[in-house]
Amino acid sequence: MNENFIQINGISKHFGNVKAVDDVSFSIKEGEFFSLLGPSGCGKTTLLRLLAGFEYPTNGNLLIDGSDITALPPDKRPTNMVFQNYAIFPHINVEQNIKFGLRKLGLTDDDIKKRVDDVLALVKLEGYEERFSGQLSGGQRQRVALARALVRQPKVLLLDEPLGALDKKLRDEMQLELRTLQKEIGITFVFVTHDQQEAISMSDRVAVMSEGKIQQLSAPNELYKNPENIFVSDFIGETNFLKASTKSKDGDQINVAIEDLGDFKVKNNLNIPENSSDVVCSVRPESMMISRDKSDWDICLEAKINQTSYLGEMTRFYVEVSGINKVITVSSQHFDNQSFDNNTCFISISLEDISLLQKK
Amino acid sequence: MFQAWRNLYSKSDNAKAYSLLSPALFLIILVMLIPMALMLSFSSFTQVSMMEIDFTPTFQRYIDFFEKSLLVSLLIKSVKISFIVTLITLLTAYPVCYYIAFYVKKNKMLWLVLLTLPFWTSYLLRVFSWKIILGTKGVFNSTLLGAGIISEPLTFLMYSEEAVIITLTHAWAAFALLPLYVSLEKIDFSYIEAARDLGLSKFEVFWKVTFPLSLPGVIGAILIIFIPTVGDYVTPALIGGTEGRMLSNMIQAYFGKINNIPLGAASATIMLTTVILITAIVSYTTKRLTQRLS
Repeated sequence: MNENFIQINGISKHFGNVKAVDDVSFSIKEGEFFSLLGPSGCGKTTLLRLLAGFEYPTNGNLLIDGSDITALPPDKRPTNMVFQNYAIFPHINVEQNIKFGLRKLGLTDDDIKKRVDDVLALVKLEGYEERFSGQLSGGQRQRVALARALVRQPKVLLLDEPLGALDKKLRDEMQLELRTLQKEIGITFVFVTHDQQEAISMSDRVAVMSEGKIQQLSAPNELYKNPENIFVSDFIGETNFLKASTKSKDGDQINVAIEDLGDFKVKNNLNIPENSSDVVCSVRPESMMISRDKSDWDICLEAKINQTSYLGEMTRFYVEVSGINKVITVSSQHFDNQSFDNNTCFISISLEDISLLQKK
Repeated sequence: MFQAWRNLYSKSDNAKAYSLLSPALFLIILVMLIPMALMLSFSSFTQVSMMEIDFTPTFQRYIDFFEKSLLVSLLIKSVKISFIVTLITLLTAYPVCYYIAFYVKKNKMLWLVLLTLPFWTSYLLRVFSWKIILGTKGVFNSTLLGAGIISEPLTFLMYSEEAVIITLTHAWAAFALLPLYVSLEKIDFSYIEAARDLGLSKFEVFWKVTFPLSLPGVIGAILIIFIPTVGDYVTPALIGGTEGRMLSNMIQAYFGKINNIPLGAASATIMLTTVILITAIVSYTTKRLTQRLS
């Protein structure tokens, strides 16, 4: 397995004064499901278009499987793209759409027929050959776009928010299907999305982008458990931020003073320096416990429930902790509102679940 | 009784539609259908002498038309001139529209307005201005003479087929720009990117994707230029001379100087039928072409 299948070396793309992609370097492994995740305008789509050849970088170079593709036009690259709006040609039918990219590969008629039949079976679209784009549902169009790109057997498949236009249930189905499909055919996928849940559930690795830079590149569980900065912690899932300042180090741990709560010793994965006031503690809503009675956890605070929202699989409480003027979000699976008298409760935090992050 | 009518009226969408259309329908019947019916009936009469017309129905005028080689050749010439005008207009207007639709980023509307600027003056004035440009002592000839490129004025410029073609092309170009521009503007750029992504060169993308998708605009432009120019009367009358004469000038003469109204009416009917036939052929072949290209 090639660890550096796609190499992105110091890539920048400027549009006038705007640095859409700002000096980005990383590698994507062969056969990996790789996601570029970030809010709109973060540069993820520009990076994908640079890989496809629709844009050329201001600086840096791009390599796929060892060969430099920086200056190659889109038709000479070993990549194919699934477009956000699918871009199924409206004047030709499904079969002609799928065959569209094969004419330049110099295949025999038998090979073409076999490839088309195989890919139609792969995306479960047998029997739809004669349909036109206007006669297909959103999900079917998405499959045609996928088939049209895959039939060329590219080294890398680029996907630009392909699930964005689908309704939630279909999107969930397609997420699973895409993931299974990718493992089955083993082609490297580069997937662009703004939906963090989508990126986390499908990818082998995720690069979180903001303002043209990579904020963090790691496996989904790492991203969630050990965010490297406030942006990632805030963007992936939900979290509560508590103001704090660091004191002395103690091995892998560090003493911190959390505002209004007191002094605690927490893990210091990011090696944050001593005596810094520019830090925050991040606590995930679901890592806390909410209870009627006091618990023996590391931190236990008396609080008042301001609001509850029932989400089906869990209930979310917005609580105001006595003594600090801050609303904290707690999610729990096991309580309903009736369990609490006068809306008073205790929330408990384990020190292990506190991530210490540096402000910018 | 009145209530019953109202109920019937509010229930019937057709009744509503027709009442909304009625002013236009009335006008069309008055200025289109009645004159057409008159023309058709006139074409079945016979001009006996200057003042006398025999009203016995006959097809003889249509036979007369095809027996007069002048009329047939004028019909062919009208279609030929119109065809060349349409072709030149398309070849010049298409690249311009392509450029505005895909390469102009800001102020597209301004570009279109500027392109249509010459068309804010009347058609007649534009035809006259070509007379000034192309004439023996016109701008074109005096410039060439002054520069010493030619020693005698170019006479073929005026009162010729070429002069009619140049004038008609200029006079109608703006009407081709709009349908072409609209059909190109509508093409989602991701189709073009997708075709490039699927391995086609820029040239192939044009013939496989851009052109087929712009065909509705091309058909629109062809019909919008061809239909009015084939029957144009003003330009050949002012610019064409004897060389550039078209069938419409002859039809006018039959109703005037020559005074053979039935033959004039038959010629007009034949011309109308020709235009309808050509329109049908254009629509059919472009549809086939779309399928062939893909």
